[in-house]
Amino acid sequence: MLGPIAQNLVFGILVGALYGLAAVGLSMVFGVTKFLNVAHGELLMLGGYASFWAFTLLGVDPFLSFPSTILFLVIIGVVLYKVLFSRMVKLPEELKIRNTLLIGFGLSLILQNLALRLWTADDRGVTTAYSGWAITLLGVRLPIVRLASLGIALVCLLALHLFLRRTYTGKAIRATVQDWEAAAVMGIDIHKVYLLSFVLGVALAGIAGTLVSVGYSIEPSMGLHWTLKALIVMVLGGLGSIMGTFVGGIVLGVTESAASYLIPGGGTYREVVGLVLFVLVLILRPQGLFGAKER
Amino acid sequence: MLEIRELDAGYSDLQALWGVSLQVQEGELVALVGPNGAGKTTTLRVISGLLKATSGSVRFQGCDLGREPPHRIVELGISQVLEGGRVFTGMSVHENLELGAFPAKARRVRAQSLKWVYEMFPRLEERKHQRAGTLSGGERQMLAIGRALMARPMLLMLDEPSFGLAPLMVQQILDMIVEINRQGVTILLVEQNVRAALELARRGYVIENGRTAGEGTCDNLMDFECVRSAYLG
Repeated sequence: MLGPIAQNLVFGILVGALYGLAAVGLSMVFGVTKFLNVAHGELLMLGGYASFWAFTLLGVDPFLSFPSTILFLVIIGVVLYKVLFSRMVKLPEELKIRNTLLIGFGLSLILQNLALRLWTADDRGVTTAYSGWAITLLGVRLPIVRLASLGIALVCLLALHLFLRRTYTGKAIRATVQDWEAAAVMGIDIHKVYLLSFVLGVALAGIAGTLVSVGYSIEPSMGLHWTLKALIVMVLGGLGSIMGTFVGGIVLGVTESAASYLIPGGGTYREVVGLVLFVLVLILRPQGLFGAKER
Repeated sequence: MLEIRELDAGYSDLQALWGVSLQVQEGELVALVGPNGAGKTTTLRVISGLLKATSGSVRFQGCDLGREPPHRIVELGISQVLEGGRVFTGMSVHENLELGAFPAKARRVRAQSLKWVYEMFPRLEERKHQRAGTLSGGERQMLAIGRALMARPMLLMLDEPSFGLAPLMVQQILDMIVEINRQGVTILLVEQNVRAALELARRGYVIENGRTAGEGTCDNLMDFECVRSAYLG
């Protein structure tokens, strides 16, 4: 009897890891720059398509094409920042959020249609020789591709955490988040910090996208879906804590799975669960599960 | 060293400075006093690059600072201790100080700078690994000043360093400022605590309503009606 429930839970955790990864990317951008890039999901999609192309056109295994996918997305990130977002830096916070929301929306439309032209509306995915392999532990089936994704997500987030905590540049970023004027009069180039954070966020989206293309599937309209997940998890986990956001992702994944299993006809309510959770968090604990309370 | 001429500046539609002019020579300790909201902080912000002037000029060692971003101005040798002694509360004292040496020039001599700052503020060394958020007001102010010093500035600007501190602490901080000046750092001190500021500085400017209302050595600044009436009752 434990079987199906445990299976559901596990799948929830595995997809939750990707939710968390996507959310940390968005959180990295929003937390530092206060840009609300709602095209985050489309950037994730681009990461997926990049690894798709590397696989189908060049025969490179998706786990090996990470470096090129990341590089591709970094370049896109730099271009997008310089062309679209850099003008927003000086604006007051409220305007920043609103304007970047608009820009992000437009960008998402452009990217969706670009994807439609380049890859058609069909679902795409990367199916390798080992895509179907799974190990079975205590009656629960664990697809190794998704397990590896969990591992990679954890490694990435740990690396990011260490970067922000231990390196000089990482501390400069944290300082900027806390008090940008104090950081500026200390000699920290705020523009560089913004650019770096933006690019890091985009790169994380790309990594998440690759993992989605291997473990699940990608298609041109997936952007909004993933942006929403990222947004919900970002709010759920709270700004300022990478591990907290990741746990938030797991929470969402597990809650969705549990709901679709427990509620009769649950499959259709899967998405609703996330949105209900979102509203509840905003009402009951707006700083998120692990967010710092407003000082 | 620092020369400001006819500076106009403001925030969106609100003009805050009208033709402010002042000068600081190398090695001096100059005070900038005036009532709340007079424009003292605004002046410092223009010098630091946080605010752009609408007209007038700011020249530092002959260079026009007008178009420079704040981090470049730090590299050129000006450090500011912001109002309220803002420190990065989430990091330790040591991390705060290290971060203070961000400009490349300062980074190279970071170890020596740290020694210098810890010698000057032994309290900070005692609390090296403590989170800055747990420090007392006076300690935070010391940390903020120490952090600004880590950038090895030629000109150090302090915005109301005595604000909100107990009298004993105020005296300590002011003594430190004199010592820092004695060690060769030029100082521009903005203070509401006029008496203290004028005791320290040999020369000062009075700003009122966004205009330079007066300038002089500290003896004859006391002659200014505005200084007397505003602060000495």
